[in-house]
Amino acid sequence: MSGLIFNLFIFVLASFVGFELISKVPPTLHTPLMSGANAISGITILGALVVAGQVDHQIAQHIGFTAIVFATINVVGGFMVTDRMLEMFKKKDTTNE
Amino acid sequence: MSDFLPPSIQAILPDVIQLIYLVATGIFIVGIKRLGSPATARSGNQLAALGMFIGIIVTLFDQQILSFDYIIAGILVGATIGVTAAKKVEMTAMPEMVAIFNGFGGGASALVAWGEFTRFEASAFVTQDLITIGLSILIGSITFTGSFIAFGKLKGFISGNPITFPGHNIFNAFLTVGTLGLVGWLTFDPTSQLTFWLLFGIALLLGILTVIPIGGADMPVVISLLNSYSGIAASMAGFVINNNLLIISGALVGAAGLILTNIMCKAMNRTLGNVLFGAFGGDGGSGGGPADDTDKTVRETTPDDVALQCAYSDRVVIVPGYGLAVAQAQHVLKEVADKLEKKGVEVKYGIHPVAGRMPGHMNVLLAEADVPYDQLYDMEQINPEFKSTDVVLIIGANDVVNPVAKTEPGSPIYGMPIMNVDEAKRTIIFKRSLSPGFAGIDNPLFYDEKNQMFFGDAKDSLQALSQALADI
Repeated sequence: MSGLIFNLFIFVLASFVGFELISKVPPTLHTPLMSGANAISGITILGALVVAGQVDHQIAQHIGFTAIVFATINVVGGFMVTDRMLEMFKKKDTTNE
Repeated sequence: MSDFLPPSIQAILPDVIQLIYLVATGIFIVGIKRLGSPATARSGNQLAALGMFIGIIVTLFDQQILSFDYIIAGILVGATIGVTAAKKVEMTAMPEMVAIFNGFGGGASALVAWGEFTRFEASAFVTQDLITIGLSILIGSITFTGSFIAFGKLKGFISGNPITFPGHNIFNAFLTVGTLGLVGWLTFDPTSQLTFWLLFGIALLLGILTVIPIGGADMPVVISLLNSYSGIAASMAGFVINNNLLIISGALVGAAGLILTNIMCKAMNRTLGNVLFGAFGGDGGSGGGPADDTDKTVRETTPDDVALQCAYSDRVVIVPGYGLAVAQAQHVLKEVADKLEKKGVEVKYGIHPVAGRMPGHMNVLLAEADVPYDQLYDMEQINPEFKSTDVVLIIGANDVVNPVAKTEPGSPIYGMPIMNVDEAKRTIIFKRSLSPGFAGIDNPLFYDEKNQMFFGDAKDSLQALSQALADI
């Protein structure tokens, strides 16, 4: 089995897991979920690390640097802003009054 | 970084890295699962962040990584921008924020593929590498420019109206086929710089051209779809560098984005095809457009009058919409609701699935104003209750209460599930003017004899109402 086919198996199986995980989410959480999932898509930063960290090719290093900046904005900003949203979700405050 | 480790560990390092990736994968799956319930959502997000952190740290031990200057600088710059943006953004601007973060993610995936393509000799690539590099560039670039257009449309830099030219869809289809052809050509002749740059350029252009004909009101759907794309782009980048963690996480996000997109389309009773290619909204939609008879009268009301009507009601339902959000009026609204509750009025919030700018956006805004989420009711829960409701306050919402959706088969929003506010004894619409909403359709509810209009900015109106309530 070639590498591509093997990777394709992983991709398809993971997609099914994704469909199963998300299908039953209350509308209240759609925005945070979208934002959180978006932060996870910043996982591409791992690829950026490899490209920026090699020393054989100067131009590729610069491209990798830009990729790291972009991906870090996505990851750090995404997780933080999701946390900010979810922090505000609370049940009716019974301690009040 | 692997230099510091003893040789015995260095020998098994690649496997150790893969195993830790497996752990991170598990953490992501549990994290996304926990994001699905209000009680566990925050911990789910934090878990996902932890998974990401583990993934990054362990990747630094990869033996290909020899220099850390660019890595440290890149992370510092990116984190500074990300933290600043995340802290400063207003909750109302959340859709734009997600759009732009998403654009950066997609852009990063395209850059990773470009970097990989640049750093090796073209002859070193086998066909399958070139396919995935091509697809990664294609999807990543579309996500990048598409997200920026979506951002511009929501921010108002770019007109929210659909921008089209004759043959737009056909031209886009032509470009799409063209880019796929270029991906194919790249596998035959990887040494051709021209093919590579044409692919990159057309993909960037395609992102612009596919989003620009879509109306501002549909941007959330587009953002959700682009979110899915950025996941797939990350997955493709994972194919390029042969990294399972990227492939899996990207696929999870891709699937999540597709499901959310689907949910949003259903809430608007539209198909994805109609959203993407229909050039809907803005000033274009007519169908059930404004009837030209002139005998329609509107009953205007005053703060004192509204205060009296509400204060002597048993049950008031508040239907908030995007107008509330843009006016930043959620805190004043909470104040009004508190005053009513003190007078013994039962107050509930009815939230349409697409109220605000994204599904669930209104819930976030009300949560920001400390409205407990068990006071918020979904459309299905609140609709049967309107019959026994005395007053419905419709604040900055229009399309989601437009009865045309039930009565006029020719209307663009016909069939969209709406809030049945017309069944209540009295409706009061808080609105700046009689102008139609995002869908560009006149609302007969404005002229209904049970309805009163409370003109003005949502925040000013609610402040006046709050004052009037205090004086009763």
